[in-house]
Amino acid sequence: MAGDLSKLVQEAPVAVAGNGLLDRRVFLRGGAAFAAALSGYALARTAAAEPLADDPWSRETGAVTPALQTPSRFEKHVTRTLSNPKNDTRTSHARTPHHLVNGTFTPNSLHFTINHSGIPDIDPDRHRLVIHGLVRQPLVFTLDALERYPKVSRMAFIECGGNSAPMFSNEPVQATTQALHGLVSCAEWTGVRLATLLEETGIDPAAKWIVAEGADSLALHRSVPLAKALDDAMIALYQNGERLMPGNGYPMRLLLPGWEGNMNVKFLRRVKLTDQPAMSYYEGRTYSQILPGGKAYRFYFVQEVKSFITHPSYGLKMKGPGYYEISGVAYSGDGRITKVMVSADGGRTWGEAALQEPVLSKAYTRFRMPWRWDGGPAVLQSRAWDDAGKVQPLRAEFVAARGQTRKPVTNPLGFVNQHYNSLTSWAVDSNGEIKHVYA
Amino acid sequence: MFTPERLVIFAAALALGACAVMAPAPTGPKPGLGKPISEADIAAWDINAAPDGTGLPPGRGTPAQGAKIYVEKCVVCHGEKGTGKPFARLVGGDPVSSGIETPKTIANFWGYPTMIFDFTRRAMPFQAPRTLTDDEVYALTAYILALNKLIGENDEMNAQTLPRVRMPNRDNFIVRFPELTPSLPRIPQ
Repeated sequence: MAGDLSKLVQEAPVAVAGNGLLDRRVFLRGGAAFAAALSGYALARTAAAEPLADDPWSRETGAVTPALQTPSRFEKHVTRTLSNPKNDTRTSHARTPHHLVNGTFTPNSLHFTINHSGIPDIDPDRHRLVIHGLVRQPLVFTLDALERYPKVSRMAFIECGGNSAPMFSNEPVQATTQALHGLVSCAEWTGVRLATLLEETGIDPAAKWIVAEGADSLALHRSVPLAKALDDAMIALYQNGERLMPGNGYPMRLLLPGWEGNMNVKFLRRVKLTDQPAMSYYEGRTYSQILPGGKAYRFYFVQEVKSFITHPSYGLKMKGPGYYEISGVAYSGDGRITKVMVSADGGRTWGEAALQEPVLSKAYTRFRMPWRWDGGPAVLQSRAWDDAGKVQPLRAEFVAARGQTRKPVTNPLGFVNQHYNSLTSWAVDSNGEIKHVYA
Repeated sequence: MFTPERLVIFAAALALGACAVMAPAPTGPKPGLGKPISEADIAAWDINAAPDGTGLPPGRGTPAQGAKIYVEKCVVCHGEKGTGKPFARLVGGDPVSSGIETPKTIANFWGYPTMIFDFTRRAMPFQAPRTLTDDEVYALTAYILALNKLIGENDEMNAQTLPRVRMPNRDNFIVRFPELTPSLPRIPQ
């Protein structure tokens, strides 16, 4: 019987690309034959399960129910990784463990943060937001006042312009998705549209930019085109239903869906309308990117279409041949994800992944691809397309345009360059070990 | 100036002009819960200094004056004469053409001298930001520019002279906005 099922799966018309990639519609059909076929395939190679008995926790009353719940003690390893745990006088990064979570939004406790001079301890009752400059009437808003305004909620990813910087290394850095890509997260943000407040201050026709500034000790400021401010910018007050986390900008931040993380100014206290960009330290220096030959990009702004596989990936181990779900996240600062293709043979052949609904603009789209690993070598890749017509560049294309380091990157916490959105490739060997490769 | 009604029309025009799906323009009652404030009462926070000199305050300073303040307040982090360590170096730097990972310095990368004034005024010293007087910030800016031989040893920096200092890398930038930001709707002129 098991042999017959195994034969059925081998012959089923579900392979869509080389090295075991199966048709994504396996999920959608939900047919008994497919389910039987896939489980049958596993049954054919797995010893029978042990008899079942009650465990101790099933025979006693459980623990007290806490006011603020935290994950199971068995999940203590699921944490952010820190670049500056002693709070030295420099930037602190906390990276999201993509390979240890799933779904399409990031829990607040695991949302990435970057703070350039620590996290300010802001009393929300004393915090003020002022909007001034090229306006009819400068106005000051308290948090209580903003609470009473019409609000909107939306999903949006935020990605640091320097996320994936180790991918500029001329040789692949052996590190998890957390170390390589941990400076992107996705959440539901709730707040007041900036356009709503600008309607009340009025806008002088000479205004072309807004300059947003935080209440942190650096008074971090970034210039944003007025067109973006009027399009989908939000004064965000809530993150996944809770007040913003302190490291994410409590009590309010500027949210610029799809745009460079640093521009989403945290601890927002001032918005000035101007006729020119401020040319701040962070826009004129830090978030400008050196190109091969020595020119540099200024005002990159958009975090362009990108995807990476989180499962399986470096740091996880394959548990024997058979069925797996390849999955990961795709997102674009230009709009909605329209397609994700997955390869298991280093880009020789590709199959289209299933996209988890709802597929939202400028938010994570989880993609899934059924895979039957035959136990041999494989190289897994994903590649995403968006509705602005952009596609994630292949590595050769990307390196030709943006360059790579002369020497291998040895410190994955460093930032050799920014705005990497090419592919990530995971090589699986016959022992089930996963390595980061360029393919 | 835009009246509220015109702003709504203007936002609607924006929406029509954009290919991307956008949230509807804000409409309906205006809560009016912001409190009016004068620019004079915002002055303590309004510390932007732009490349054309907009926002630079009155005041002045020379490299020699800056050298004294530097030894007192900056050398611990930035090293003797701006040579760096433990934190950023303020003098010299490899040409940016030597690789995409070249550390960016004032001399090899920063496009405008006002960036030095603005960042020093708002963020330095790191543990005591916004404690320097405007004269001290002009003096430190002059000192750093002179260390990099971008001004003379005796050149005074003030709101008129500072914006005229030409930074070596000024014209080496490719501005991606708006031409390379196609998903952003344009404001109709």
